[in-house]
Amino acid sequence: MNKKKLRGYREFLYVLPFVLLVAVFSYYPLYGWKYAFYDYKPPKPLSEAAFVGFKWFSYMVDNEIKRKQIGQVLMNTFAVSGLSMLFSWFPMVFAVFLNEIKWKPYRKFVQTVTTLPNFISWVLVYSIAFCVFNSTGVVNSILMETGAITKPIMFLQSSEHIWFKMWLWLTWKNAGWAAIMYIAAISGIDEELYEAARVDGANRIQIILHITIPSILPTYFVLLFLNIANFLSNGMEQFFVFQNNFNKNTIQVLDLYVYNLAMGSGGYSLSTAIGILKSVVSIILLCVTNAISKLTRGEGFI
Amino acid sequence: MESASVKKKTAPVKVRKRIDPADGILSVVTYLVYTLFAFVCAYPFYYIFINTISSNELSQRGKITFWPKELHLTNYINVSHIPSLLDAFNVSLKRTVVGTFLTVATSAFLGYMFTRETMWKRKIWYRFIVATMYFNAGIIPWFLTMKNLGLYNNFWVYVLPTAVSPFYIVLCKTFVESIPRELTDAAEIDGAGTLRCFFSIILPVIKPILATVAIFTAVAQWNSFQDTLLLVTDQKLYTLQFTLYNYINQASSLKSLVNSTTNASSLAASLAHAANATSIRMTVTIVVVFPILLVYPIFQRFFVKGIMIGAVKG
Repeated sequence: MNKKKLRGYREFLYVLPFVLLVAVFSYYPLYGWKYAFYDYKPPKPLSEAAFVGFKWFSYMVDNEIKRKQIGQVLMNTFAVSGLSMLFSWFPMVFAVFLNEIKWKPYRKFVQTVTTLPNFISWVLVYSIAFCVFNSTGVVNSILMETGAITKPIMFLQSSEHIWFKMWLWLTWKNAGWAAIMYIAAISGIDEELYEAARVDGANRIQIILHITIPSILPTYFVLLFLNIANFLSNGMEQFFVFQNNFNKNTIQVLDLYVYNLAMGSGGYSLSTAIGILKSVVSIILLCVTNAISKLTRGEGFI
Repeated sequence: MESASVKKKTAPVKVRKRIDPADGILSVVTYLVYTLFAFVCAYPFYYIFINTISSNELSQRGKITFWPKELHLTNYINVSHIPSLLDAFNVSLKRTVVGTFLTVATSAFLGYMFTRETMWKRKIWYRFIVATMYFNAGIIPWFLTMKNLGLYNNFWVYVLPTAVSPFYIVLCKTFVESIPRELTDAAEIDGAGTLRCFFSIILPVIKPILATVAIFTAVAQWNSFQDTLLLVTDQKLYTLQFTLYNYINQASSLKSLVNSTTNASSLAASLAHAANATSIRMTVTIVVVFPILLVYPIFQRFFVKGIMIGAVKG
């Protein structure tokens, strides 16, 4: 008994360094939230900064200009997240019809090629976008040659349809990968269901509507819930690489705004305060969607 | 077993007897649409590649769209002589190797350790680590904390924060749990300790899952950009991704320079420079994509396991 206990302690000592690493890199940064309650101006250390309480939290909305700015940032965030939620069925439909390609090598080929963009970074996506869409890129040169336009279109330097363009890039990068989950779900459907439907004379559309889609709908809902939980988190990398002086106003989602505010104009305290609010809302969203999921599906995802 | 295979053989015959015209249209449309999807995903890579090996002058005028013309490799040779790029390549390679090793090692070890029921307060420590999947402090507090910890302009900032990664630990733990208990029990009766069990019994058995973890970590390390952006200003520590990003931005500022120049001779000079910059940017893009393309075929075998990582339950 005693020996067993001793062994237990020794095993704990083995994992202790890793527990400490997690404490330092995941928990200790939470302590950095204190910056939101000080007037922190970088060259001066925090110890010399004045304690300001909740000043930054009210500062965000204390006059018309700031309210407008925050409003715009929130609108961008909602628009980008809303668009991807609105089209969240796309990977599912993509998988369903991909499954309808009966020539296996071709199906494999399409799957391979459409999944590839998921594994390159946003910097590379931007680099590709730049090469393809700049004034001498392939899109402009083909449009010029066919006479559709006389002057190159500055696709990346325009401020129009930014939300939709961001959604397009996100889809270009992720749809193939997101579809894999559904493809796995489809391959798990009982073959006898299909056979029974065929015997009853169902055509392929009917089989898709009455067997395939209902079978993978649970997977869709899990992903939708996760989507809702991450509604405020678009990540900053995509928007950071695509941002420029022309589109800055409409591309700034919350994550990018927090970054720009701190690294661009030195507003560390204010941006920490915004970050805290975002984290709190995100945790609430996670708990709420988890509870809804428990109620409707009988199990949560946490 | 036999009846199932018979069924499968007879079913398609039945289907073929009654071809629905709607099914035929569906087939054609499906093939067309997916060919378009595949083209949209693959063509940009191909386009950039043929531009890097074609005459830079033609490429700059937008004349290379489907076939390479006037083949040459000067771009690749030029790029290999840029010292800052070589440095960046080395940094990226080093962080990928070191980072992958660290993450794989800790995931394997912790995945095993958290199956040890004898460990003191095992469940608490496990939850302590897994809970970090669901929150983060936010980018700015994280940045300020790392700076305070002396990780500003420090190579370790690339690999240490991701060394203990809860997703992969859960994945490894699930895998270890599927191994028959008798294996380690027998070894323990023979006097093997916890570590001995891990190295000589568990480690060889969990290789498949470690391969999955390794390949996903390696790609993530190679693609990582944000940590350099936030915490590195020392050029010696720039990664390939970050250098590529700088190149694109330099090229766009070059272009605005060209637009504002009125002097004809300097205009020509900057145009030549811009042509060169565009080619270099494309070449670097290919250099950065290439390792991903290289591991991609191996990668595919791990897709389904990899997707579990996203859907894993703590």
